Amino acid sequence: MAISGIQIYKLLPKTNCKDCGFPTCMAFALKLAAKQVELSACPHVSEEAQAQLAASSEPPVRLITLESDGSKLEVGNEVVLFRHEKTFYNKPGFFFLVKDSEDPGAITEKVKEIDAFVVNYVGIDLAVDGFAVKSEGDGAAFAAAVEAVRAGSKRPLILIGDDPAVLADGLAKLEGEKPLIGTANPENWEAFADLAIANKASLVVTAGSLEELADLTPKIKDKGLADLVLDPQVTAFNDGLAKHTILRRMALAKNFRPFGFPIIAYPSQAATPEAEVALATQAVTKYAGFVVMENFAPETLYGLLVLRENIYTDPQKPIQVQPGVYEINQPTPDAPVMVTTNFSITYFSVANEIESSGQPGFLLVADAEGMSVLTAWAAGNFDAEQIAKDVKKFGVEEKINHKSIILPGHVAVLSGELEEELPGWEIKVGPRESVDLPAYLKQVA
Amino acid sequence: MALEFPKDKWSGSVQEVVIGATAADGGTRATTVTVGGETTMPFIHFEAETPNRPVLALEIKDFRPDDWSALLLDFWGEAANDPGAWAKAAEEAGADMLLLSLSLTDPDGNPNTPEAAEKAAKAVLESSGLPLLVYGPGQAELDNELLVPVANACAGERVVLGICEDKNYRTLVATAMANGHLVVGRAPMDVNLSKQLNILIKDAGLPMDRVLMDPTTGALGYGIEYGFSVMERLRLAALRGDVMTQSPMAVSVGFETWKTKESKVGEDVPETWGDWEERAISWETITAITLIEAGADIVILRHPESLKRVRAAVDNLITAPELA
Ligand code: SF4
Repeated sequence: MAISGIQIYKLLPKTNCKDCGFPTCMAFALKLAAKQVELSACPHVSEEAQAQLAASSEPPVRLITLESDGSKLEVGNEVVLFRHEKTFYNKPGFFFLVKDSEDPGAITEKVKEIDAFVVNYVGIDLAVDGFAVKSEGDGAAFAAAVEAVRAGSKRPLILIGDDPAVLADGLAKLEGEKPLIGTANPENWEAFADLAIANKASLVVTAGSLEELADLTPKIKDKGLADLVLDPQVTAFNDGLAKHTILRRMALAKNFRPFGFPIIAYPSQAATPEAEVALATQAVTKYAGFVVMENFAPETLYGLLVLRENIYTDPQKPIQVQPGVYEINQPTPDAPVMVTTNFSITYFSVANEIESSGQPGFLLVADAEGMSVLTAWAAGNFDAEQIAKDVKKFGVEEKINHKSIILPGHVAVLSGELEEELPGWEIKVGPRESVDLPAYLKQVA
Repeated sequence: MALEFPKDKWSGSVQEVVIGATAADGGTRATTVTVGGETTMPFIHFEAETPNRPVLALEIKDFRPDDWSALLLDFWGEAANDPGAWAKAAEEAGADMLLLSLSLTDPDGNPNTPEAAEKAAKAVLESSGLPLLVYGPGQAELDNELLVPVANACAGERVVLGICEDKNYRTLVATAMANGHLVVGRAPMDVNLSKQLNILIKDAGLPMDRVLMDPTTGALGYGIEYGFSVMERLRLAALRGDVMTQSPMAVSVGFETWKTKESKVGEDVPETWGDWEERAISWETITAITLIEAGADIVILRHPESLKRVRAAVDNLITAPELA
């Protein structure tokens, strides 16, 4: 949790001795809060104050970084419980599970297919983040499985097993990488912590209850490993929601350090692929940092990756495209003119439909402050006056040899006013939904 | 270490609302549903009990909706030609409640009529014992023209009439008051607009235990993040005691998701979109569960398979977990 200048001041000696180079302790405290000086510049600060200031300057949810040859994933650093309070910063990583009991050739094939999956959503390429390799016992088999995964993908890995010695065999195949390993519990944590430190890995920590988990993470931290991830042993929707909420609330609202780490969720443990998708939905909306999946299906993964994109969009910044006239499929001056708003999802839906229809057209993207058609209309940002203004501003008339414009069906009510604002123009009403545009264009063409 | 789970203390709660009336209360419904009453953020059992589970409704139409996705029309088959048969099929498919959404036109393209709307509503009430919502086609004048006779014909059934918007709520509220019904208001993704609409409805005379709100949610990939956050903010405001945000939220997930390209069409789409039917059902299911996590009290779906999947999640969420 960020700490204010006043809070820092209370921890300083308050002698105004100027040894730090500032006239007063308060002035020094303000600089410190703004992170413009180091605490060490004050030679008189007590050890206790130092410890408190160090703890409070840590982020409430630690940033965990996974690295592999060419890829990097950052998770954590979250500061709010509800995205509208600021934003959720680092999207949870999606990892697909492979087990070392599978045939290595089959593992490589499966990993290749998942690794190659890319789906475009509003101009963004969505893909998975990596793979989780699970040991079912034998070190040689595990090492072979890790190699088999590496033969199919360069993305970051999570290595999971009960026996640190077996995991060490897998880690030996990941020279120079920063994977996530696990799972440390109250019995085996020391060996896991040593292994993670030796391999620059982050460590998943689990325990049978949240109390035991709260006891365990400080022990590992004291041993010198701070890059931890929490596995609260979720079995269903209800305990998942409760445990994730408790962990995140305590980390943020109470600045409870033992829980100040990202959470790993295993929808992979669901009984059916449908339940897995549903559990992953909850994980994305409710605080998971890593999401481990088992069943790969493009049709469901697409939706989950879009959800992740949506939930982790910064709510302060409406996603906008530049207002203007967009030419689609090389329009000639007789091509139709359609109007929509500059909310990016709206723009992409409409532009994609025109493009896939094969019909040439001009798309006038009005400046509606980044809102969708209906929302902008309700808010008064997408009215006849605005449309007429943008028709002139972006020189629509110079591009065409007719005077007609197509309104989105949802704002058919604007026709009359737009006729007044654009004398001599013919105002047509298009479909309400962009998905119906190709059929409409065929009919007007 | 003994942990004290961090509990929020709230002063407010969501308004409890009963939909449908059995014979004992002057209606003919076999069951009623009760929604709302929450005193925590969704399903935070370690703070307080969740008194009522989210209700899952299926949407049916008065006329076969030729603009619906072929996946839906194929699923419902013949039943979609007749609102009575469709209502029965939807009840058998596991719905807690039905939405009859009235069409703009009949299959021949002629404007819908009060007689036809009344007939469809009566057919639905006769063939199913479930509580009912009835929505107009979404054009102010026609909505009033169709819904007033429907409200008269269903007097005493505690039907939810919709959708009230700021320019078009007086007639619906008046006919709801006259016939013992409820209304749902829809505002475009904005906490204050939702609140203002509730104030208008209340000032027009309807008690708040007969009002639902639809904050407009968007669909997965099409603005769901706005709907999600507006719903979280409305629920937080309700718990903080802001009375005009305390109405239970009814969300039109089927309507929002089945108009997206991902759900509506199976051809000429990128190969990485995968299997059409599974994609469409996932789209509806993911949208529904996301909004339930944000506080949805009534979720209106279109595909029974989505309903089945959402029901499985809700059945589990509504039970208090063991937190060892
Ligand atoms: S050196 Fe320390 S004690 Fe002296 S003025 Fe600066 S902050 Fe205060």
